[in-house]
Order: sequence, then structure tokens, then C-alpha cells
Amino acid sequence: MFPIPIEKTARTTQWLYTIALPLALILWLLPLMGVAVTSIRSSSDLAAGNYFGMPSTFAWTNYLEIFSNTPMLKYMRNSMFVTLPTVLGAVTLSCMAGFALAVYKFKSNLLLFFMFVAGNFVPFQILMVPVRDLTVQTGLYNTYSGLILFHIAFQTGFCTLFMRNFIKGLPFELIESARVEGVSEIRIFWHIVLPLMRPAIAALSVLIFTFIWNEYFWATVLTQGPEVQPVTAGLFSLNGQYIAQWQLVSAGSIVAALPPVLMFFLMQKHFIAGLTLGATKG
Amino acid sequence: MAHTADDMMARPAGKSWWRTNQRRLAPWLFLAPGVFMFMLYVIYPIISSIWLSFYDWDGLGAKTWLGLDNYRELFADDNFYTSLWNNVIWLVFFMLAVPAGLFMAIFLNQTVTGIRIYKSLFFFPFVISQVVVGLIFSWFYAPNFGLLYKLIEWATGTGIAFLAEPQYVTYALVAAGLWPQIAYCMILYLTGLNNVSPDQVEAARLDGAKGWKMLWFVILPQLRPATFIAIVVTVIGALRSFDIVSIMTDGGPFGSSRVLSFYMYEQALSEYGYRMGYGAAIAVILFAIMMVFITGFIWKMVRDESGV
Repeated sequence: MFPIPIEKTARTTQWLYTIALPLALILWLLPLMGVAVTSIRSSSDLAAGNYFGMPSTFAWTNYLEIFSNTPMLKYMRNSMFVTLPTVLGAVTLSCMAGFALAVYKFKSNLLLFFMFVAGNFVPFQILMVPVRDLTVQTGLYNTYSGLILFHIAFQTGFCTLFMRNFIKGLPFELIESARVEGVSEIRIFWHIVLPLMRPAIAALSVLIFTFIWNEYFWATVLTQGPEVQPVTAGLFSLNGQYIAQWQLVSAGSIVAALPPVLMFFLMQKHFIAGLTLGATKG
Repeated sequence: MAHTADDMMARPAGKSWWRTNQRRLAPWLFLAPGVFMFMLYVIYPIISSIWLSFYDWDGLGAKTWLGLDNYRELFADDNFYTSLWNNVIWLVFFMLAVPAGLFMAIFLNQTVTGIRIYKSLFFFPFVISQVVVGLIFSWFYAPNFGLLYKLIEWATGTGIAFLAEPQYVTYALVAAGLWPQIAYCMILYLTGLNNVSPDQVEAARLDGAKGWKMLWFVILPQLRPATFIAIVVTVIGALRSFDIVSIMTDGGPFGSSRVLSFYMYEQALSEYGYRMGYGAAIAVILFAIMMVFITGFIWKMVRDESGV
């Protein structure tokens, strides 16, 4: 194991480590804690310049206020309506595409695979004008579907890379013996491969949920106004409206961050498995 | 991995056309929806943008052919060079995320009680949106009451409003962007360290290797896959930086924190006008820069792929 396990080091090192660990964490999360603390400060405290001292009261009302006086709830709902169908669509398409690229040998296989990989890395700006134009032309500007369709298409690149590599790692004999038995290709996909893909599906779902929930650029390009806009774009406009009302902006930020944070803590194993796929094999 | 089932299985005569041809057709059936969507929303727009960069277009009316005029204008545009230079700053300083993530992973690769919670909390910044990260850091840097401003004021007597100073602003934005990126690299390296062969480490220890030597000659070579992915995601992240710029400074002060992605958006879609063609030309330049890196990455991946 590298580095040397701390329990095998000198006493002083062990002590130092025990102190350094929480200290480093506090420093690392300092900006975040500042915002969390600000989100429960009253506006009078902030007006009086009491930014870091003991708050005179814990102003949980900041949270009430963003829900009652701003479209926060609507924004959160919009995010949900965009994110969940995207997860479903991208995972479905990539299960199929990944299966095709992993199991069959045909001429353009690698070419298609690297098209998905490369597409996944391009800057959004090269897509922006035509995608916006296409969305406007099809009447999908400022609708959930407009955002969802684009997200599904773009995420399919990354997801296919992921699924294809995962299926490559499955024992191929399973498929071969099924073929010998005369099982059709579609049934092989459905009854043999898909059940084995459960961990990959879980990992990707959690990842895509987080990516799409946190996505900001396309939210501003393809939607406007609180009717459809997801929470990231919503926060930006709230920030514009509430200049110098940091307690409200902070509370809004915390609320917007909550779903992916919950997702991460509940599904941590899958999340990290998804993120680090490929980081270990050489 | 030889697909030999076909040869082994003599087909009963009279089977339907589908049954005899399904092995050839199935991949295309499975690929069709994904490839169609990808072509429509990714490949076609790239081509369309390149084509559009030779036109003058306001997004609604007729397009006017300009030839290379958009590019000529671009190469004489000071804002373009400011944005390009800021992209270079982003790229160079964003790379700090890779070693920083490595050292954080080494620091946390222990088995003391509660370490799992520590690891998750250190990873935390990556899970939250860049919009929230941007707002958090705007507050952190805010003049007169921001935590960092206060700390500097306390230490030196005068605070620095990082986001209002053209000479500091891009570095301040990169620092904000680094926060989640370091967490990302850390998690990649933590997974990598988990898979470092204990035998090799022990053998190297017996040979007297330790500290930096051990890290450089024994550990890092084994972490190569993690390093590759960390570099890929960091390079792409640096060149894609948009959210943080848009949230924290909106390109300011005086356009000094613009990057190409943001400048393109400004030209094509904001109150400054709907210059779609000019925007597309900026996007093409950014795309060309990124293609250099993407080609390198893909080249390495193809090599690994055929090596396996």
C-alpha cells in the first residue's frame, strides 16, 4: 500500500495526521461552509455587517422566502422534468449502441465508436447555433422536449463509450453458447446481456442525473423564463434579481445543490464506479 | 473473441430471411436510434457551424456569403486575443488539478476510522453544479464582506477585490474552477491507488525505495491510466470553461475575463447582437484547438485498443 499506512508510522506522525485530516477538510470546504452559514443569517445581521460572528437568530425563513417569493419550486420541478427523461433516454440508447459495438464485428465498428468518443469532447459552442436553430425550427424552443432531446443525443456519446467498455468485459462465452442454442440476437440482448448490465446502468444513471441536473449552458441557450428553465439557469436569474441579498442567493444555491448531493451520498458506490471507469485498467 | 458460432452451427434449411441475416443486421438495428440522434444533434451541427462561419447571419433573415471575412475580422479583433490568452491561462493553470488531486489522494489513501466520510466530503465540490460553485466563490471573493477578502484584509491591511481587477480576474476564476476539478482528479487517483500492486510496493520498499523515489518510479507508472483520464478531463474542462465565467463575471470587468466559449456566446446570442456567423467562426477556432487535443487522446486510445 502506498503511502505507508499511518498506523505503522511514528507516534508523532500519527498525531499529526489525526489533526491534519479535519483541518484540511475544513480549509477545503471553507467556501461552502461560508455559504451554508450565510443561508441562515437574517438580512438585518448582514446589513449590520455581522457576516462571520454569531448570528442573532437562525433565519430559516430565508428558505421559506425563496420558495414562496421566487419560482424556485418551479425551477426545481423543471430540472426534474428535464433530467429524468434524459437519464432514461440516454441509458436506453447507449445500452443498445454499446451492445452493438461490443458484440459485433463489422467494418465501421471502431469508426463509429471513436465518433461517439470524439463527439463527447467537442466544445458546446460549435453545436450551439445549429442546435438552437433546429430546436426553434421544430417548435421545441423553450420546451422540456427541446432540452431533453439534445441532452439524450449528446450524452449518448459518453454513455455508449461506457456501456461498450462494460460489455466488452463480460464473458463472451455466454453469448456464443446462446447462439449455438439458436437464441435470437434480440433475445440475447434482452435476456442475457441486459440483466448483467445492471451495475453499469445504475452507475450511468446516477452520473447522468448529476451532469444534467447541474448543466447550465444549454439551459440558457434552449430555454428562457421560469416556465421551463432548469434550476441552474433559474439561480443565475435569481442572482441578478437579488443583488446583495446573499442570504437568499445562498439558500437558493443550497437547495439547488441538494438533489445531486443526495444522489451522490445515497448511490456513492455507483457514482464513483461510473466516474472512475477506465481509471484502473491499463 | 472469435465469432465462430456461425460456422459451428449448420443452419436448418427453410429458416426465415431474418433468422439467416440477423447477425449482420442486428448491430445496425441496435445502433440506429443512437447514431441517428448523434448525427442530428452533434455531427450535423459541427458541419453546419463550419459552413455558417463563412456567412453573415442574424439568426432570422437571409444569410450573406462573406468568404473568409469573419476570420479576417476575428484575427484583427483585440477581444478575440484577450479570450484566446485567457484560454491559455485556463489551460495552463487548470492542469494544477492533476498533481493537486494526486497529492490529495495520497493524503487520503489511509484506513483510519471515518476515512470514507472524509473522502466523500473532499469529493463534495465535484457533485455540485458549476453555477453553485460560481456563486459560492463570488461570495468568497466579494469585496468588503467576502471571506477571502476579509482574510487578506486582516493579513495585509487592504483587501483585494479579485473579480474587479482585470489583472487578477481570470486567475480567480481558474481557482474557482479548480476546486471541483481537483476533487475529480482526486477520486480518479484514489481508485488508481487502490489498484496499485502491493507486491511491487513491498518489493520496492525492500530495495530501499521510499518517498519521492517510490512515488516517481514505482507508483506513478502504475497510475498511468488514471493520469491519462485526469489529463483528458482537465484539458477538456479548461477549454470548455463557460459556466464559471458567465456566473461570476459575465466576462468582465471590461471583457477581461472572457474566454473563447464565452465570447462566442456573447457574439451569437446576447444583447450585444445576434452575429451567428461571427460566433460560428469563433466556435470553429475553439473547435480546431480542441481537435488537436482530441486527436491526441483518440490516437492513444486507438493504440491501446489495438494493443489489447
